Amino acid sequence: MPEISSISVKVARGGPEGAQRMQQFTVPAYESQTVLDVVTWIQQNTDPTLTYRFACRVGMCGSCAMMVNGVPRWTCRTHVDKVLKNGAMEIAPLRNLPVIKDLVADMDPFFDKWVAAEAKHHPSRTRDDPIPAIDPDAPERLVASAGIECINCSVCYAACDTVAGNPDYLGPAALQRAWTLVNDAKDSARDAILDAVSGKGGCHSCHSMGSCTAYCPNELDPMSAIAGLKRETAKRYFRGRAK
Amino acid sequence: MNEMHLYMAQRLSALVMAPFVLVHLGTMIYAIQGGLTAAEILGRTQGSVFWFLFYGMFVVAVSIHAALGLRVILSEWAGLRGAVLSGVSLAIGLGLFAMGARAVWAVTAGGAP
Amino acid sequence: MKAVARAHPLWLAYILHRLSGIGLALFLPAHFYVLSLALTDAARLDAFLRFSDLALVKLAEFGLVFLLAVHFFGGLRLMALEFLPWSAQQKTWAAAALAGSFMISTLFLMRAI
Repeated sequence: MPEISSISVKVARGGPEGAQRMQQFTVPAYESQTVLDVVTWIQQNTDPTLTYRFACRVGMCGSCAMMVNGVPRWTCRTHVDKVLKNGAMEIAPLRNLPVIKDLVADMDPFFDKWVAAEAKHHPSRTRDDPIPAIDPDAPERLVASAGIECINCSVCYAACDTVAGNPDYLGPAALQRAWTLVNDAKDSARDAILDAVSGKGGCHSCHSMGSCTAYCPNELDPMSAIAGLKRETAKRYFRGRAK
Repeated sequence: MNEMHLYMAQRLSALVMAPFVLVHLGTMIYAIQGGLTAAEILGRTQGSVFWFLFYGMFVVAVSIHAALGLRVILSEWAGLRGAVLSGVSLAIGLGLFAMGARAVWAVTAGGAP
Repeated sequence: MKAVARAHPLWLAYILHRLSGIGLALFLPAHFYVLSLALTDAARLDAFLRFSDLALVKLAEFGLVFLLAVHFFGGLRLMALEFLPWSAQQKTWAAAALAGSFMISTLFLMRAI
């Protein structure tokens, strides 16, 4: 790519009251610069009131996700030269979530839906029992393992148009975690999970548009996990065990 | 009707229609040769138990399928919720069924010669 | 603010399925009404069928057959994705659905002209 000395960045500003507006900044370009570097540079050199969220800077914690040129991304793992269009880019808070201020989205609805989907561990034993042996190559374990690297960054949730149109929809991340637990030999509440994902806004609201899978930074496949939930709940429906 | 029932009704009505749609497409491609006339259509369908059952079941399935499909779209794109959403989609389903049943009756049973 | 980026094959398959479904749902009442003319006024049905011989109308009919075919194959694709164990062949399915729809509707158009 051609050498450029500065980047033209539009950043979403403003709090929950009223619409956000885009503010223009000019930021010096460096080699191997990430989008998070750009945001940090603005805050440290131009406008200390710019609010954003990050922690680990190495793609482990999932807290720095933002919309970059309309695509939800981990800003710490996105090189500027990969996303720059004619020397410019646009940064906004994650879509489909309330805005707290500037680039910080309120993650509460996202985490509340994890709980609503029963996407939490339901112990089958106490600490006094021996730990059950898990065969890492068992078919069910392989299905569970395919989805467990999710770090709750909400990129899939921001990418999904079904979330945008249906406020009740639990979203790809919560449903994928529910699917891993359905296949987890150590989880004791398979039926409770399948009930939770069969209700209003559950897995059957998904239209398999695949934006979750297309944009997951961890290259997970929530769409297929949700399809798995649809299959299991349909099987249960035919066996007459559904509520 | 909870979400699970709606989902199964949507998918099952689709499965039921799959062979109907294939036959319908095939019949259309076959029937339009040399142009269509009312007499030609009615000659094929009038008094036929097969076509009555075929189109009758097709109309039932498509009324369910279209009403449920539009239900989702009205909810996601037009923001309809709750009783309004259910009422509108029920009206769409019943309306389609009434019009479709009349059409099936017209071409298989009661049509003018 | 920029619109969210959506241009990937599965999203396009989704929007095509939704829009073709809306198109078909809007067309159905007209379709049923015309057929029920057989019951009330066969002459008007024939007049309509002659009108449908016009080239422009033929093109509209091609569009309708395309909508039906694209919704049919798109629906089969969706049910394969949901009910059969997942395969990574989704893009191929989507492409095959589109190709099949074009084939059927082009066949219809060629027969019609």
